[in-house]
Amino acid sequence: MPEMLLRLTDVHFGYGPQRPVLSGCGFALAPGERVALLGANGSGKTTLLHLIVGLLKPVSGQIEAFGRLRTVEADFHEVRRRVGLLFQDADDQLFCPTVAEDLAFGPLNLGRPRGEVRQIVAARLAELGLSGYEQRITHKLSGGEKRLVALAAVLAMDPEVLLLDEPVNALDDAATARLVEIVNRLPQAMVIVSHDREFLQQTTNATLRLCDGRLIGLPRLASPVACPPDRSGDSDARPQ
Amino acid sequence: MTGHGHNATHHTHEPQEPQAASGYLASVDPRLRVAAAVLLAVVLALAQGFPALLLGLAGGGLAVAFSGLGAAAALRRLLPLNAVLLLMWLVLPWSTPGEPLVAFGPLGIAREGLRLAAVVTLKANAIVLWLMTLVGTMEVSVLGHALSHFRVPQKLAHMLLFTVRYLDVLQQEYLRLRAAMKVRGFRPRLNRHTYRSLGYLAGMLLVRSFDRSERIAAAMKCRGFSGQFWLLDHFALSRRDAPFALVAALLLAALIACEIARLL
Repeated sequence: MPEMLLRLTDVHFGYGPQRPVLSGCGFALAPGERVALLGANGSGKTTLLHLIVGLLKPVSGQIEAFGRLRTVEADFHEVRRRVGLLFQDADDQLFCPTVAEDLAFGPLNLGRPRGEVRQIVAARLAELGLSGYEQRITHKLSGGEKRLVALAAVLAMDPEVLLLDEPVNALDDAATARLVEIVNRLPQAMVIVSHDREFLQQTTNATLRLCDGRLIGLPRLASPVACPPDRSGDSDARPQ
Repeated sequence: MTGHGHNATHHTHEPQEPQAASGYLASVDPRLRVAAAVLLAVVLALAQGFPALLLGLAGGGLAVAFSGLGAAAALRRLLPLNAVLLLMWLVLPWSTPGEPLVAFGPLGIAREGLRLAAVVTLKANAIVLWLMTLVGTMEVSVLGHALSHFRVPQKLAHMLLFTVRYLDVLQQEYLRLRAAMKVRGFRPRLNRHTYRSLGYLAGMLLVRSFDRSERIAAAMKCRGFSGQFWLLDHFALSRRDAPFALVAALLLAALIACEIARLL
């Protein structure tokens, strides 16, 4: 097996004992893989992504990233630098007044010199076709523009893995098409949460479904809409 | 981007941007403007003599001419202030102890009262004019950055920046909730149902803001935030700032000289 970028083993998590969300999740992400993560509303997809970058801590189970076991907050500082998480709501992510400042936020936190940061900002904006947006006011952008700027801000950290949480949620067709084209150009391994089958078909090459707190590897998007009745202890799913 | 209503070729601020001044003052280094506004406001607030106050007011008028605001807009913004001052004119002359100019039985209009009302009116108008032209024409984000250059505590500067960024988001959230109430037939009346519903609305806004703040904090952590904001933009003093600095310094000196002359 090639060295995995991410590996979750038997992860349990719940918001309080009454609300278990994940009960024995396992999966691994290999370089170059693009995994579609499916699941019903509230099935824990976002929770899973937040566990990977250490925003939430599992009740039990192991999270490995880049070949090392990650347990305490300090372990996840490096993970967050190398794994870029795109939030569901771009407004949560874009908090700086201008686009340039928002893109610069991550690299400046990593201690990059200002001259270099300016280059990164210009380069990322150019890659996403957003040149000239530097001084735009973030909260006045349209929904599609916000999403792209948030993605550019994540890419400014130069991550090796991308976790995209509903990237095309509430985007119109043209904006979605543009995002498909951008995502397909990116070299990173990805996990994409979405309910948009067409988008997933165009961008991913493997599928996982979150069912009753467990991950099930599925043949490419040929999955039944409902969870299979039989949950046969597949606790370390590999996307197929 | 084929977004909703906004246009990709629109690189400047939309016209509804409230602080869209384009005069000479708007091009002056924000740090200089904040410093000048604070110094002028302090000196004018302490001044008691009419020469200094009139000079300050005249200077403020001149500043309006260089701010790109337009006289009409400036006067409109002074209206609410002077409405409050009018109330003061109705009260102060009667209530200040002193030698009465006119007496109506036990009540009298005191010379000291009139003087005091005039001083307060001049002072307030002058200070507001200066703040309006120097600071009011600034994007609030620029003000936040300028403040952090003055060693204003980081937390305060951050609060200002976050407030600016999320005020609009909260407003949208409020309007959405309010619209949702309206389409289900809610009309505010003077009854318990209204109070309870508005209470729920306020509570829901608080809860949502709290949730949002947690998500924002999480997003910031993901990008390596550790309590320190790094400013991308550095302000730079330029030659264009020299006339402003000179005039502001001269005016300050003149105001102080007027007050010293009065005391001697």
